[in-house]
Amino acid sequence: MSYKNNKLVMLTSVAALVLGASATTQAATLDDTRERGVVQCGVSDGLPGFSAPDDQGEWQGIDVEVCRAVAAAVFGDAEAVRYVPLNAVERFTALQSGEVDVLSRNTTWTTTRDTTLGLNFAGVTFYDGQGFMVSKDLGVSSVEELDGAAICIQAGTTTELNVADYFRAHDMQFDPIVFDTSEQTVGGFEAGRCDVLTSDTSQLAALRIQLSDPDNAMILPEVISKEPLGPVVRQGDDQWFNIVKWSLFAMLNAEELGISSDNVDEMLNSENPNVARLLGQDSNFGEGMGLSADWAYNIISQVGNYAEIYDRNVGMDSPLQIERGINELWNNGGIQYAPPVR
Amino acid sequence: MSARPKVPTQGPKPPFWRDPAKRALVFQLLLVAGVAAFLLTIIGNTQANLAARGITTGFGFLNDTAGFGIVQTLIDYSSQSTYGRTFVVGLLNTLLVGGLGVLAATIVGFIVGIARLSPNWLISRLANGYIEIFRNIPLLLQIFFWYFAVLRAMPSARDSMSFGEVIFLNVRGLYLPQPLFESGFGLIPLAFVVAIVASIALTIWNKRRHEATGKRLPAGWISLALIVGLPLGVLVVTGVPVTWEVPELRGFNFRGGITVIPEFLALWLALSIYTASFIAEIVRSGIQAISHGQTEAAQALSLPQGLVLRLVVIPQALRVIIPPLTSQYLNLIKNSSLATAIGYPDLVSVFAGTTLNQTGQAIEVIAMTMAVYLTISLLVSMFMNWFNARVALVER
Amino acid sequence: MIHNRTMIEARPAPSGTIGPIAWLRANLFSGPINSIFTLLGLYLLYVLLMPTIQWALINADWIGTSREDCSRTGACWVFINARIGQFIYGLYPGSEIWRVNLTFVTFAALIAWLAIPRLPFKHWVAAVALLGFPLFAYFLLYGGHFGLDVVETHRWGGLMLTLVLAVVGMVAALPIGVLLALGRRSHMPIVKSFCVVFIEFWRGVPLITVLFMASVMLPLFMPTGVSVDRLVRALIGITLFQSAYMAEVVRGGLQAIPRGQEEAAAALGMNYWKRMGLIVLPQALKMMIPGIVNTFISLFKDTTLVMIIGLFDLLGIVQAALSDSRWLGFSLEGYIFAGLMFWIFCFSMSRYSQYLERKLHTGHKR
Repeated sequence: MSYKNNKLVMLTSVAALVLGASATTQAATLDDTRERGVVQCGVSDGLPGFSAPDDQGEWQGIDVEVCRAVAAAVFGDAEAVRYVPLNAVERFTALQSGEVDVLSRNTTWTTTRDTTLGLNFAGVTFYDGQGFMVSKDLGVSSVEELDGAAICIQAGTTTELNVADYFRAHDMQFDPIVFDTSEQTVGGFEAGRCDVLTSDTSQLAALRIQLSDPDNAMILPEVISKEPLGPVVRQGDDQWFNIVKWSLFAMLNAEELGISSDNVDEMLNSENPNVARLLGQDSNFGEGMGLSADWAYNIISQVGNYAEIYDRNVGMDSPLQIERGINELWNNGGIQYAPPVR
Repeated sequence: MSARPKVPTQGPKPPFWRDPAKRALVFQLLLVAGVAAFLLTIIGNTQANLAARGITTGFGFLNDTAGFGIVQTLIDYSSQSTYGRTFVVGLLNTLLVGGLGVLAATIVGFIVGIARLSPNWLISRLANGYIEIFRNIPLLLQIFFWYFAVLRAMPSARDSMSFGEVIFLNVRGLYLPQPLFESGFGLIPLAFVVAIVASIALTIWNKRRHEATGKRLPAGWISLALIVGLPLGVLVVTGVPVTWEVPELRGFNFRGGITVIPEFLALWLALSIYTASFIAEIVRSGIQAISHGQTEAAQALSLPQGLVLRLVVIPQALRVIIPPLTSQYLNLIKNSSLATAIGYPDLVSVFAGTTLNQTGQAIEVIAMTMAVYLTISLLVSMFMNWFNARVALVER
Repeated sequence: MIHNRTMIEARPAPSGTIGPIAWLRANLFSGPINSIFTLLGLYLLYVLLMPTIQWALINADWIGTSREDCSRTGACWVFINARIGQFIYGLYPGSEIWRVNLTFVTFAALIAWLAIPRLPFKHWVAAVALLGFPLFAYFLLYGGHFGLDVVETHRWGGLMLTLVLAVVGMVAALPIGVLLALGRRSHMPIVKSFCVVFIEFWRGVPLITVLFMASVMLPLFMPTGVSVDRLVRALIGITLFQSAYMAEVVRGGLQAIPRGQEEAAAALGMNYWKRMGLIVLPQALKMMIPGIVNTFISLFKDTTLVMIIGLFDLLGIVQAALSDSRWLGFSLEGYIFAGLMFWIFCFSMSRYSQYLERKLHTGHKR
């Protein structure tokens, strides 16, 4: 008789043993991250202003800044990040399986995602809404006039669902033309495969500058949905959830208190007790999260406050030129509001 | 191993690890245990992972509202339909492109394969060029080529290419007139069925008569005339109970008629052209596998060239051709899953793409998708085995 | 009695049967129908080739660095020029590219040694190519040892990634395929049915669902906290898929070996592994080489599918470059370049496999 299956058996049982042995209890994400030395951050595979590699292959964008902020809080080094570009289909599995520690990939906060997918949304980096972009040649000024249009959509996004809802509610017809990536979507729009491109308005702004003739495209005024975009972590690790959440809040609070990457060192001597608390001068709020006292100082000095990252990536200092709008702080007419550090 | 000679029975009984039968049993038990351990570990891991991360499981999602639109549906579908229905829509779209692809690939493949053997040097070179170009370039690249390079270069809806003002071609697709059936139309499919039955009967009768008397009618042409002529005749006699809805430009797009979306066109063209290059090679080698003696003997009987092919070469060549042809058909159907790259709403694109993404239930969705392809594979190979057995019966 | 001992000079063939005119008549214009076909063929060639040559060669732009250099009506090969580094090396850091080149050169040398019939020590070279080279390539490409910097796999791309996927998939699938094929021929019912189910399962599903499974589901199968690199995940999927096809090739090779060979070996008292390893497989392997090359060709073409799960192989990176806003509208050039690269590889391999087939089949074929 043969030994062949002997080998097979050995292989399979060894494999089983290896797998079985390594199935240890779930370690805390913070400890894993510390051991690894980098934060693994899931980002978009190329959306200017949110996350896209620049000419040197360095990742840039507001989603990327969130990753850097978390790394600054954990390691005191904003560059200790390993970026994992993910497409829309892979993103949740990658987070669920532990391939990434935090998913910062213009992901909309919805009930399904928060409850049945085993995820936790740590906050909102960007309040967005779904809009429509059309070619000026079409002579359309409102979404109401789009009955019968062919619409380019990216697959697997909330926009795919919103547009179906909206057109049904307004008793209009449309042909959904669905693409896998945002690049293909904008390509389809450019080639005239569809009349309309729909996505979050911020993305539309980013995609518009990718067109060969951006001036010929316009974004319609209607916004048909709420799209709060923010970083996501796995359920079941509250410490890590807190770290990501408060990294974001630290940047918002810094803007509110007038602390920026330029003046953070002067602010260390500030008389304002709120500033002192945030920068860890007279108290240690990092301890509760397993971080050092200067966690927020590291974020602000290396990454900046919310206004800085906004302007740099999507705001007036960027090619996207998106107004702050509802993303202004609450005391400036917007809805960005961070709980106090106390 | 049964090839091993039996151990002589006298002498001390060999220890059990030298007894082939017992050893086989032990090894097989070990294999079963190993595989079971492996599967159990995976299942255990998965369950632990799903539980730890609070991911919903089960097939309940199939009854939930899908909420997204699909551009090409063969059955009624709206965004209010369920995820289960997206599965059916995707499946039907897969079958549509697969079926039409098999048809086109077979026709083109046979023509090119026979042209490859043409005594005409130029035609044979051209056929060879076709084969060598298309089978050595990845299918996905060909799909992209047709979709992004060729169909994207079509004019916009307002400057459509028009063929006699009834057929229009533009970047949004191909617009064909649609027949609208009125009452009394039922006679036409009936005539069609009658024509097909009559053709089959004629073919059988002709074959018997040929074997008995040596005389034969051109049954193929008569059948073709019947199948085309009879329904047409009925159409004329009953006063044409059909009107054609011609597509016309209304608003942004053409409305009315049948729309063939460019995603379908690109996928169908690429699949057919790619697979046809393989089928052509199969047909060529199948015909070449027939010994020259067969052809020469047929020629010695002074059969005309056409009949040499039809009565001697092709029936024998089919036996060689059919098994590899089957696997090409299967490949074509499996390759239609590349639809997802250009957004043709097939099973993988709609169900394993959008539905998976909206529900997040990867395991259930992927398992269902794989099961579909496995079933199609098994059904096609079962059918082809049956057909193969029938063709093989001709052999003595 | 012989009158004349000198041979009569060979006379030339009748003038009507030689020369270009006769060749034309025999091969192109042998009858009215054939003549029509020839003319149609010529017309087709003219219609297809003339604009292509005009566009691709005569009216094309070759030199330059930016879009503005493409002023003529034909193809803009400047685009390919500007991106060629990315198309071949992906995002591999510029200063480390010598590592990729060294791997390419070593690989080409090994393959050339194996493919050229006259060179000696084939067995040793084959052993190095199958065992030593993968390790060598891993250390060189990934780095992390011997003072080489680590280059993360997400920076790999282009032609290099295509080759890595195809070669690793092939080398890893071969032994599994051999085991599966042996198992499928086994007389042990459980082993046999296990192998049959395994082979038929992977052959029955499309590669894309396998890749989806590898990229989306595999992480869920792993113990908590264990994560596998996405390139490795794709490789696992490709290997499993490919091993089933390989098993069928091996089975075909095994079936071509007469039973007598194995029985004779058994009569000499060899055990199963000796019979297979020393008698059957070496003979069968020779028969299998064309089949293996053909499977490799289809795997090479199938690696393009990894772009659907977000890896940038040659096609993927070309596709990505096409959406660069500075270079919009050159998709035809991009696809033709990628197509040509794939075509050169696949065509030369298929020619090699045909050559082998002719060499191995010395039967009486007409």
